[in-house]
Amino acid sequence: MAYMTDRKRAVGLGSAKSGTEHFWAMTKSSYALVVLIPLFVFTFGPMLGEPHDAVAAYFARPFPALVAALTIVVSFMHFKSGVQVLIEDYVGGYMRHILIIAMTCISYAAAATGVLALARLAL
Amino acid sequence: MVQFTLPKNSKVQTGKTWPKPEGAKNVRKFKIYRWDPDTGDNPRVDTYFVDLDTCGPMILDALIKIKNEIDPTLTFRRSCREGICGSCAMNIDGTNTLACLKGMDEVRGDVSIYPLPHMPVVKDLIPDLTHFYAQHASIMPWLETKTQRPEREWRQSIEDREKLDGLYECVMCASCSTACPSYWWNGDKYLGPAALLHAYRWIIDSRDEATGERLDDLEDPFKLYRCHTIMNCAKTCPKGLNPAKAIAEIKKMMVERVV
Repeated sequence: MAYMTDRKRAVGLGSAKSGTEHFWAMTKSSYALVVLIPLFVFTFGPMLGEPHDAVAAYFARPFPALVAALTIVVSFMHFKSGVQVLIEDYVGGYMRHILIIAMTCISYAAAATGVLALARLAL
Repeated sequence: MVQFTLPKNSKVQTGKTWPKPEGAKNVRKFKIYRWDPDTGDNPRVDTYFVDLDTCGPMILDALIKIKNEIDPTLTFRRSCREGICGSCAMNIDGTNTLACLKGMDEVRGDVSIYPLPHMPVVKDLIPDLTHFYAQHASIMPWLETKTQRPEREWRQSIEDREKLDGLYECVMCASCSTACPSYWWNGDKYLGPAALLHAYRWIIDSRDEATGERLDDLEDPFKLYRCHTIMNCAKTCPKGLNPAKAIAEIKKMMVERVV
């Protein structure tokens, strides 16, 4: 290590030849959320505090259910990518791998739970 | 894990206060970071008083005056004294800039001077820029061609030449890279704003024939995509350049290749 040249240290393991897909995916989900979040707020908002039967009947309608499902899935996929960047920024070594795996599992689990809850309401 | 606090032996302590110049009426207080690797002591901040009536208008003038007349052990880099060499980059009043371009009238109150942040310090205000320069070399900052060399120069239209404006002026002072939090946390892998600005300068050079290879080399979650558009680079650049825009242009080209 001590005899490694400066250039060797700067180049490291070289380019991963990846990263653009991640960047482009986050860009796409950002644009999607710009549309979805207001739709979600305006469809989900009126149901806050309503009785269970009314909420179940409301989400049995395709449009509110679809908006809620898309918002949940796209949000958690965006969350997964964003938090991965955050972890990569601040954590190194094996802890980085562990946290990314944990965060990925949590994101998929949360998205699946949300979609399942909606399905039970809608169907 | 990112280190949020300085290690014990890097904690900055209060240093020596040098006497005020006798008979001076227009005096300015300078608080300057000092660290000598030979003593093994912690870094300290020394206080100096400079008679502005016998000093030039720039921060570098004051530093030179302190070195010449008060404390010859104060160590800093300087050369051209007109913003071309990039040697005297340091953190002045909380902002990375060139001491030769920063006027004393631009700073309110006491003048605090530290070395460029988050870099190993060689001595006093001199950071170790070895890795920074090696990263710059790694982006191949020269014209790469495969076509047989023309008998005369490689020709370029005026329009194509104008695309290099705002890029070629970079003097590699490292103010931008050392102002970037992403570079602080991941400077070992992230190339930083300065190297990426230079990379873009060669990517869009109409004469260069290694555009694809250059983009290939940059496509990496750390080398390029650690830039989160924080914009400290553009804000601090003493030459008024915008490395963040250059990085955004590289990202656009990356997307253009795949979509």
